[in-house]
Amino acid sequence: MISAQYTRMELLRTFRNRRFFIFSLGFPVVLFLTIAGANKSQTIADVPFPTYYMVGMVSFGTMAAVLGIGARIAVERQVGWNRQLRITPLSPVAYMATKVATGYMMAICTIVILYLIGGLYGVSLAAANWAQMTVLILIGLIPFAAMGVALGQLLSPDSMGPVMGGGVALFSILGGAYGPLSTSGAFKDVTEIVPSYWLVAARSAGLHGQWWSAEGWIVTAAWSAVLIRLAMWSYRRDTSRV
Amino acid sequence: MIPGQGPPSASGGRGVALTGLVKSYGDVHAVRGVDLAIDAGETVALLGPNGAGKSTTIDMILGLRHPDAGRVEVFGVPPDQAVAQGRISGMLQVGQLIQEVTIRELVSTVASLYPHPMPVEEVLALTDIADIADRRTNGLSGGQAQRVRFAMAIVADPDLLVLDEPTVALDVEGRYSFWEAMRAFASRGKTIVFATHYLEEADEFADRIVLMAAGVVVADGPPTEIKARVGQRTVRATLARPDRQALGALPGVTAVEVRGGSVILSCSDSDAALRAFLAAEPGASDIEVRGAGLDEAFRELTRTVVQDS
Repeated sequence: MISAQYTRMELLRTFRNRRFFIFSLGFPVVLFLTIAGANKSQTIADVPFPTYYMVGMVSFGTMAAVLGIGARIAVERQVGWNRQLRITPLSPVAYMATKVATGYMMAICTIVILYLIGGLYGVSLAAANWAQMTVLILIGLIPFAAMGVALGQLLSPDSMGPVMGGGVALFSILGGAYGPLSTSGAFKDVTEIVPSYWLVAARSAGLHGQWWSAEGWIVTAAWSAVLIRLAMWSYRRDTSRV
Repeated sequence: MIPGQGPPSASGGRGVALTGLVKSYGDVHAVRGVDLAIDAGETVALLGPNGAGKSTTIDMILGLRHPDAGRVEVFGVPPDQAVAQGRISGMLQVGQLIQEVTIRELVSTVASLYPHPMPVEEVLALTDIADIADRRTNGLSGGQAQRVRFAMAIVADPDLLVLDEPTVALDVEGRYSFWEAMRAFASRGKTIVFATHYLEEADEFADRIVLMAAGVVVADGPPTEIKARVGQRTVRATLARPDRQALGALPGVTAVEVRGGSVILSCSDSDAALRAFLAAEPGASDIEVRGAGLDEAFRELTRTVVQDS
């Protein structure tokens, strides 16, 4: 049973805690404004600079938003709130679903705001392509949401901060969110099996209405399957111990 | 109606049944075989020192831990099921409140998870937090936070309320007002199980005391019966050179405590003990014979088990 009122309270709590928006919204917006603002008429990998950077910063911010699910779970575990909830009729699945929904809501905020700012900086895409790109981003976030849930069960709030910060930075760089990586060779093959690569690659949907290649779907599905399993395992490990 | 399938009546009938419960954490044998039947409508105190196994037993009643052996039934079903049905609620020993919510939002959200909650405003008034209900949960005093936690537990209007050392962090006044609120809730005829190591609380508030020590139940009965069963008195005296071994061997003495120059003899037969004591220690002074309070009964019963284990 998913509780509408519990979900409502979670959303309220999230939006009241402005710290959570620094990473997922503040950073990417500031980076976009400073970097894309200064290179407005440049191109990068044959893509208009603002378009490239808008998608890059959306990837960065939305990854931070859904990985942030883990930070919230870790805190709630530490204060004993999870144990308290386990003696209410709210099921663990509903609890996780609420957390994931909240993470996605934050991600959607980031997407909408960066699209609006991107529009002001001259990003212009076909309406259908905006929608298609958004769909791919939301799908591409699934492995990261699962990773957030798993980390939240495994780590303490103290270690969550550096792991999240480092993880988001690493995945952003490897995915090409800050700028393109090698376009050929072994390094390219490696980056293509990183899930964030496909998050950034949603740009092709925006520009040309192209869906991912088969490789993109397979990589995303594989990471999702593995990380969802890890999230389920870490949940069981955490609850059997207490 | 099939037995065990229907709702229990408000008074009498099966409440909590623990059968042969065993739970260890590695080498620590927290619970070593607990059998306990609690009727619906009873208020039971689990009394015992730290490490007696109270919290582990409570966690098993709530389904937070699974026993290594034995069985837990709450209203005839396993705890998880009773929790899912919203028939149990509880206040755990550790636990802070989540932040970025007001007290009212928190209590009413918890209420919304249960099938037939108490009216939120009534609970806020009962737990004496109505005046601060629109404040956020951060920055509450220990007593206020405890009252909010209590409000979350009772707003469920559960058939079984379980409290793990509910007053442990409270000052005297906080404890008093907590039990006032608790009395008001208990008058609704619910089953209540609470753990405490405050003897006065168990004595004053429970219909029945289950005394635990070293993972087993060492005594079980009404507070008066617990005291009567031990029926012990203590003899205190000042001695120049107390010999613990010799004192322990005196007839009627069950335990000896030496504090500097004074000795305290716990006695099963204080008359015999006193006669023998005076004969053995003619130099004893400041002799005092006292009837045991629950405190002594508690210490005595606990000691026996710890020695046996």
